Amino acid sequence: MSLFAIPRRDLIVLALFSLVVLAMPIWLQPLGAAYPALMQKFVISAVFAIGFNILFGLTGYLSFGHAAFLGVGSYTAVWSFKLLTMDALPAMVFAVIVSGLFALIIGYLCLRRSGIYFSILTLAFAQMCYNLAYSVLTPITNGETSLQLTLSDPRVIDSALAPRGAGLPSAGLFGHAFSGLEGFYFCAVVLIIAFFVAQKIFSSPFGMMLRAIKSNQTRMNYTGFNTRPYALTAFVISGMYAGLAGALFAITDPLAGTERMQWTASGEVVLMTILGGVGTLVGPVIGAWLIEYFENIFSAFNEQILHRVFSWVPEGAQDFVVTIVSKFVGEGWQLTLGLLFMLVVIFMPGGVMEGVRRIVSLFNRPQRRDPGAMRVQPAE
Amino acid sequence: MTNTPKGFSRRGVLKTGLAGILATGVSPLIFSKTSWAQEFCNAPTGDAVTLGFVMPLTGAYADEGADQQRAFMLAVEHLNGEGDGGLIPHFSSKTLKGGILGKKVAYVTGDDQTKPDAGRDTARRMIERDGATMISGCSSSGVAIAEQALCQEMGVIYMAGLTHSNDTTGKDKKRYGFRHFFNAYQSGVALGPILGEAYGKDRVAYHLTADYTWGWTQEESMIKATEALGWKTLPPVRTPVNAGDFSQYLTPVLNSGADVLILNHYGFDGVNSLTQAVQFGMKDKQVNGKKLELVLPLVSDLMAKGAGEAMKGVYGTGNWDWQLTDEASKAFTKSFGAKYGQPPSQIAHTSYVQTLLYADACERAGTFYPPEVIKALEDFDFDGMGNGPTTYRGSDHQCFKEVYAVRGKDNPANAFDLLEVVATASKESVTYDPAIFGGELGPDTPAMC
Repeated sequence: MSLFAIPRRDLIVLALFSLVVLAMPIWLQPLGAAYPALMQKFVISAVFAIGFNILFGLTGYLSFGHAAFLGVGSYTAVWSFKLLTMDALPAMVFAVIVSGLFALIIGYLCLRRSGIYFSILTLAFAQMCYNLAYSVLTPITNGETSLQLTLSDPRVIDSALAPRGAGLPSAGLFGHAFSGLEGFYFCAVVLIIAFFVAQKIFSSPFGMMLRAIKSNQTRMNYTGFNTRPYALTAFVISGMYAGLAGALFAITDPLAGTERMQWTASGEVVLMTILGGVGTLVGPVIGAWLIEYFENIFSAFNEQILHRVFSWVPEGAQDFVVTIVSKFVGEGWQLTLGLLFMLVVIFMPGGVMEGVRRIVSLFNRPQRRDPGAMRVQPAE
Repeated sequence: MTNTPKGFSRRGVLKTGLAGILATGVSPLIFSKTSWAQEFCNAPTGDAVTLGFVMPLTGAYADEGADQQRAFMLAVEHLNGEGDGGLIPHFSSKTLKGGILGKKVAYVTGDDQTKPDAGRDTARRMIERDGATMISGCSSSGVAIAEQALCQEMGVIYMAGLTHSNDTTGKDKKRYGFRHFFNAYQSGVALGPILGEAYGKDRVAYHLTADYTWGWTQEESMIKATEALGWKTLPPVRTPVNAGDFSQYLTPVLNSGADVLILNHYGFDGVNSLTQAVQFGMKDKQVNGKKLELVLPLVSDLMAKGAGEAMKGVYGTGNWDWQLTDEASKAFTKSFGAKYGQPPSQIAHTSYVQTLLYADACERAGTFYPPEVIKALEDFDFDGMGNGPTTYRGSDHQCFKEVYAVRGKDNPANAFDLLEVVATASKESVTYDPAIFGGELGPDTPAMC
């Protein structure tokens, strides 16, 4: 029965992680981010980033096309809502299966190459999916207008079980529709499970194999391993994570737009992972939260708010300060993000997690180890 | 895994974990549940009421969004009893006297990036975090339909900005959504006869269409209007929003045998496709022994300014024009011009009017309670907003009023004198049976967002 057992250190991380995620409505309050829509985005993009990191962090294959799987997941979930039922579970299951199939096909073709060629191939496939969703497949995706629920949807299972309500139903679980913070807690539990699965993958022999692919694939091949099935499995798993995230987006807000599949969305998850720390478990989550926070909070700042923030500065200087700072918030939030990203990449190539490690080692320095004792190195 | 240390049984871990999850998970639920306990979503509690304005500050319709923002700020100023009052003294309903129901008007603004997803996110933030009692804005029908559906779910009134698709108050209409702006069907009615008069009955039209709900319905309405004249239509070509370069779509037009090119594009897309078509020499080209003509069915001052020379002589339609000569239009233009140094565009007008109409509906209902406000707006007749007598039809929440056919001026007198009104379609002529577009409004039950 080792399926659910994890090493003590991982267990502590999982417990702390769960605590942080579930307590979001409390600790995000002072940061002005404790409203359901944003917390849901925090949690869902964390699922996306964790999944992406299984591919990029472990095997080193940099995919620039993960938004395609996110979009596929969203569309599948919305169609599940439209045709079958508003229940979240079937939507998630279908989304994971369909995005997994997409990942299998795209991964099978793209993984024939590595490095920059792999990245470009995934980007090309994702852009192809985006354009298909935008124009050719409009009957399925409704293009730029976005796929939405309507009153005339069949919803076969729901209408067989209960009479139709007057308005549009919202997604739920076993007949109970989500409202208020419930949607967030549902996503949070999914994130914790997703995190646990990622922990298991990281510490499994399979995870070790993926790390070996990252460190030297040629050597792996020479020792007689066929690495491609392993890389393909990682690709499919991470595609499924993206599909799951897409489904969660649809569950919290039943609308699927094409821009979810655009290359910018693929780029964003790469940024999240690098900003937080590639190859670490918690890093991509932190990266995802940072970027979502910037996108949602910083972009909402306008001059009014800035004047209030800088009200302590003397009158003349205040306008000057506000003029300067206003370039970095509101529409200019990406400028701030760009600066932050540059600073992190230049001074902490390992992302935020490297910073954390450095701080921890600063405190640990006084404890000198016995030079004779053998130390067990973690595999990373 | 055999490396699990002793002392941690699986059962124990699960138990404590579950207890922890429950303890942390449930306690904030208890706190937050009480904070949502109110009569309806975002009932204003203090001495201010917050309105949420979502605009395209970036993307293909950013120019429109900027003008929209100016209009909203002006509307808030006038509602709070500051400035010269703009349209308030001309408005036939005389309920507005500083604030809404005695509360000062506060507002939050946000960017919808001209994308439905982003617009919905922003609107949701305003409803959930900022406590917005009403959402207004948008310059794209895709965004309008997405936000309108959200507002229906959340139980917050949505006063649409510039949205011209038939679907907004047709197939996708919602009980909580209201549109003052005209629609593609009305453009067809207003523009059809003008085109027949100017270009004759024997024409072949080529459509380039923005690939989303607005483009689709405008294309449909324009085909209907022009085929009624006897024109033929070539298979329409769809173009992505914010394409930038339209040359790949324009080249085939030259060899298609079409002698009218109808550009179902708006904002920067309309400016780009029109100027690029002119650069391709389309204005001077002869096809089938006739001069090739360009038509831009929905056009604004901002687009005319962007297109410059290319706009001259091109026909289109508008919801309103600052050069209209009624007292209300003059007063609004004066008030807007005094504050911003330029005349308002049609999007500024419709956004400003929508804000005032919401405030007035609350005053007449005597409450912010959405079902009552909806009742006050449905089948409401008013005047003095610049379009003559207007009706907010209750069965689809579409406004019926005069619609204007406009033409790019050949000899502008000044930098803002770009469009001239060539014909006015009466309110009766643009009225249609709501059943032709289908759709259901849904219930008005207030939600507890």
